[in-house]
Amino acid sequence: MGIIELQNVSYADGDQTIIHHVDLSVSAGDSLTISGPSGCGKSTLLKLIASLISPTSGTISFNGKNQTAYDYPTYRQQVSYCFQQPTLFDNSVRDNLKLPFQIRSVPFDEARIGALLELVDLPLTFLDKKVIDLSGGEKQRIALIRNLVFPPQVLLLDEVTVGLDTRSKTIVQALIKNVQEQTTTVIQVTHDETEIAAATHLIEMRQGALQK
Amino acid sequence: MNQLLVNNVTLVFAFALVLVAMLISYREKLGLNKDILLSILRAIIQLTLIGYVLKYIFKINNVFLTILMCLFIIFNAAWNAYKRNPNTNRNYWETFAALFVSTTVTLGIIMLTGSLKFIPSQVIPITGMIASNSMVAVGLCYRNLQSQFRDQRQQILEKLALGAPIKLAAITILRESIKTAMQPTIDSAKTMGLVSLPGMMSGLIFAGVDPVSAIRYQILVTFMLLSTTSLGAIIAGYLAYRRYFNKRQQLLTQE
Repeated sequence: MGIIELQNVSYADGDQTIIHHVDLSVSAGDSLTISGPSGCGKSTLLKLIASLISPTSGTISFNGKNQTAYDYPTYRQQVSYCFQQPTLFDNSVRDNLKLPFQIRSVPFDEARIGALLELVDLPLTFLDKKVIDLSGGEKQRIALIRNLVFPPQVLLLDEVTVGLDTRSKTIVQALIKNVQEQTTTVIQVTHDETEIAAATHLIEMRQGALQK
Repeated sequence: MNQLLVNNVTLVFAFALVLVAMLISYREKLGLNKDILLSILRAIIQLTLIGYVLKYIFKINNVFLTILMCLFIIFNAAWNAYKRNPNTNRNYWETFAALFVSTTVTLGIIMLTGSLKFIPSQVIPITGMIASNSMVAVGLCYRNLQSQFRDQRQQILEKLALGAPIKLAAITILRESIKTAMQPTIDSAKTMGLVSLPGMMSGLIFAGVDPVSAIRYQILVTFMLLSTTSLGAIIAGYLAYRRYFNKRQQLLTQE
């Protein structure tokens, strides 16, 4: 049994069916890449797995237990979703990286944050940098760290390298590789040809259905 | 006591002021003439009716009727604040709870201080004053919640995706909305006496009360309004923000 299991999952927004009867099993520690044309339902599929939306029919299980049986915040801490072009909130980088600690009611660990910042080639002094002064690539790196302060069991990445400059893209891809090596299950959605070529387990999606 | 000079004839002449507003609406093509006339008509009918009702209630001085009248005021204030909530997933009784608690707690404290007696001529006008201010604050809180939930939708989604419970995901919005709801009362308190001579004080001065005594009442009213707007906004805000989420702690789509 996989760490994430989707059984006959469909999702409709009003009259429009976006996801059609999807069955999917992702094993623990696996790295799955989903590709497909824009608007085919890739992001919706990730949001369903992240429990940010609920399927119209079918079931999603995590570690053999139905998603609906979990306390939702606890589930999302373990199945963590990183948005395409994420928004950083409040004023500073520190405010953003503090949130995972606030969520778990534990004190802010600057040493841990320092190590993570180093992984994405940013200095500790970056903590006090204002959000409005960051480039797109820096924002994406901070957003990714936000998801990894407390490593989740499953990391969902929604085209996180889209629109990044070459340097930021290389750094983000290296971080993802690092995460994969540390037994975190990664499900990523991408259009990027090099990421598709490097995928160990690739599934294509078309018109809301996974192609076998 | 001063001679009050407003009689039916002076009111008819004062209607010219309404004509000024209607003329502006007509010349500037604001399309407000029907609304102005309707609002004036409603105000005249409502005030005339309430005048007779209050005269009757003051005369018979019955505890049950006084409480009933206060509840009627709170019910109406809650209904108006509820209608100002743009969220389609709203609930009247939550608004009523905010108005009821903010009004009765403020009223109760004022009565405990001995500044107010439980007689209809004192309790009913003060209830109206408290409830109407709470109504405005609650309405402002609702509108601000709606605009912030729309503008900051992405941020809330990201906080939820990180595993934040709905309260933590919405706390910045909630604080901002409560602050916005209280701000007019705080601003008004800051300029009191410098810009405005508020209703209670003006009324007492009109009735011939010494301005220095009238000021004491106005200070009391300022305390009351700060209490009622903060209580109303905080209760309404904390009850209303949850209605932007479903039972699965997912952010609902606003139409």
